[in-house]
Amino acid sequence: MIDTNVTKSTHRKRAFFLSLIPGLGQLYNRQYLKAFAFIVLAFSFIIAFKDLLNIGLWGLVTLGEQLPRDHSVFLLVEGIIAVLVLLLGLCVYALNLYDAHLNGKRRDLGIQLNSIREQYRNVIDTGFPYLMLSPGFFLLIFVVIFPILFVILLAFTNYDLYHSPPARLVDWIGFQNFIDIFKLDIWRRTFISVLSWTVIWTFIATTVQITIGIFLAVLLNQKDLKFKKLFRTILILPWAIPAFVSILVFAGMFNESFGAINNDLLAFFGIDPIPWLTSPFWAKVALILIQSWLGFPFIFAMVTGVLQSIPEELYEAATVDGATMLQKFRSITLPLILYAIAPILITQYTFNFNNFNVIFLFNGGGPPMPGQTAGSTDILISWIYSLTLESKQYAKAAAVTMILSLIVISVALWQFRRTKSFKEEDMM
Amino acid sequence: MNMKRQKFIRLTLSYIAILIAVTIIIYPVLWIVGSSFNPGNSLSGSTIIPKNATLKHYQELFDLSSSKYLLWYWNTLKICTITMILSVTMIALMGYSFSRYRFIGRKNGLMTFLILQMIPNFAALIAIYVLAVQTKLIDTHLALILLYTGGLLPMNTWLAKGYFDTIPKELDESARIDGAGHFRIFWQIILPLAKPILAVIALFSFITPFADFILAKVILRSEEKFTLAVGLYNLVAKQFGGEFTKFAAGAVLIAIPISLLFLSLQRYLISGLTAGGTKG
Repeated sequence: MIDTNVTKSTHRKRAFFLSLIPGLGQLYNRQYLKAFAFIVLAFSFIIAFKDLLNIGLWGLVTLGEQLPRDHSVFLLVEGIIAVLVLLLGLCVYALNLYDAHLNGKRRDLGIQLNSIREQYRNVIDTGFPYLMLSPGFFLLIFVVIFPILFVILLAFTNYDLYHSPPARLVDWIGFQNFIDIFKLDIWRRTFISVLSWTVIWTFIATTVQITIGIFLAVLLNQKDLKFKKLFRTILILPWAIPAFVSILVFAGMFNESFGAINNDLLAFFGIDPIPWLTSPFWAKVALILIQSWLGFPFIFAMVTGVLQSIPEELYEAATVDGATMLQKFRSITLPLILYAIAPILITQYTFNFNNFNVIFLFNGGGPPMPGQTAGSTDILISWIYSLTLESKQYAKAAAVTMILSLIVISVALWQFRRTKSFKEEDMM
Repeated sequence: MNMKRQKFIRLTLSYIAILIAVTIIIYPVLWIVGSSFNPGNSLSGSTIIPKNATLKHYQELFDLSSSKYLLWYWNTLKICTITMILSVTMIALMGYSFSRYRFIGRKNGLMTFLILQMIPNFAALIAIYVLAVQTKLIDTHLALILLYTGGLLPMNTWLAKGYFDTIPKELDESARIDGAGHFRIFWQIILPLAKPILAVIALFSFITPFADFILAKVILRSEEKFTLAVGLYNLVAKQFGGEFTKFAAGAVLIAIPISLLFLSLQRYLISGLTAGGTKG
């Protein structure tokens, strides 16, 4: 049955070009049912989404032209949906071209095409993973990817209290928001002071909590210590209590009028009350103390796990060689701990970089700073929150979000390149 | 003799350091428990062990006509449970298909998940707020549940996929030869074997919405829809400490069950975290 000059036949090219109109290629390959399906799909896609694509893409470019007909934010939303739908359509279109080409090639090579029954089987087999993925993927697109796209676009508009639909239109303004943040005095001053406090906060708070965690874990790992289990349970406690509860309790304890720190503790030692909530410096000190309390148990638990897996022989050998306790710690314990928990340590830094809860619940980012749009303990994420919900500076908040995300993603990428998931063949 | 003295000094110093740490941890706990039994509404002039201890504030919290506390508790449990069920289902399905099937788009999908898990989902705060307002989903629990579930997917799918990878593929193949379909293999053979990781994921997806404050604060507006985190915050923020004792009672009632749950399941949580090696 095999044609002698199979290699010269050009079914694949013909099927491919015919398929530029979806379905024709399949028709040419005599797969009528499939051809019918593609034609119906193409037609219904065009009919169903014609208006959406038309208005959406127009809206995305112009963000509306006249009031009160156009609502810029709705147009932006529709625009993103239109682009997503278009991408989906293009995927199916590419599948159609690919399928026509593939089956044309099979005919060129003289291979029998799949019967309808086999095709059905094929769809079920290859389609099953997509079927399993689809609920999660749709959710991800709408609640995670969609908002991210929205923020990225928003950063290039002038959406704020004064350009707020439905009363006003929003316009594209290019990189103006970023230029403002770095050039306009009030924005630049605020941005630099918030960013520098964010960096200082991240560095000090995280390092302190890691140090305390490792120190206590090593201390409790001594063999001749009693009540270990009880102590360990107590030391884990701050991790077990939900953080928002503890932070609010601390906000009460540091309160200047009724808090226990000033009234009981400091008074007991005869120290004058300290303005924990109204002085920027003391508010920052209080925040670092609170975060150390909240954060060390996690490190403590991780390090305890690592310590229990260090083989005893290492220490015995060191003792025979006459090493002191400090030497053993420096050259055996510490390197092993750091090696084992390095990825977790980095996520601790990125966690504190975005630690909204402790900043907001303790003092709302306050005390306020004269001449700035942020409070003196505001970190980037809490500043974004107040820009969005209090001063309605949506576009500026989006621009700051993009800067923040760039920082977080580059740190995270740097970390993930070092972990094993990138290196192992079959992982991906 | 010298050795013994050295050991004595070392142990004494260790005990002192540990006791200091224990005191610092226990002190706020005792303070808040003490405050919750304090007869007055505010704390001025109170001592850590109140003189006329009272259960009044607990009764106030349980009084449905004057306090929404029980409602908040119910809202939180409802949101957490639904989030947990939804996300465990989706994560199991996605982790399984990423682990077992080789399909077009698999690599890109996994890559997308890896990148998405790096971005905290409240980074898109403005978008979430604006979109929720525009779609009328603001002030609904549905919005929160969807957001929490979506936020949990990327990282935990990787976690689940990693675990599925360790279950030998021969099991699937022999079942397929015996005539089992795709879904049956997943449901009857692989899922029962993956119970440990599913338990860890369930725990994560229950605790994450419970501990979240920022998304709930952005989405929820009316007091009867609040979760515990937002409600408790309002109890403190509204009155500048005027109802602090009532807040204290509320805090104690949250902290006790959650800490007990946490301490009893701590082992699993740590194993999950080291396996994922990611969030804290």
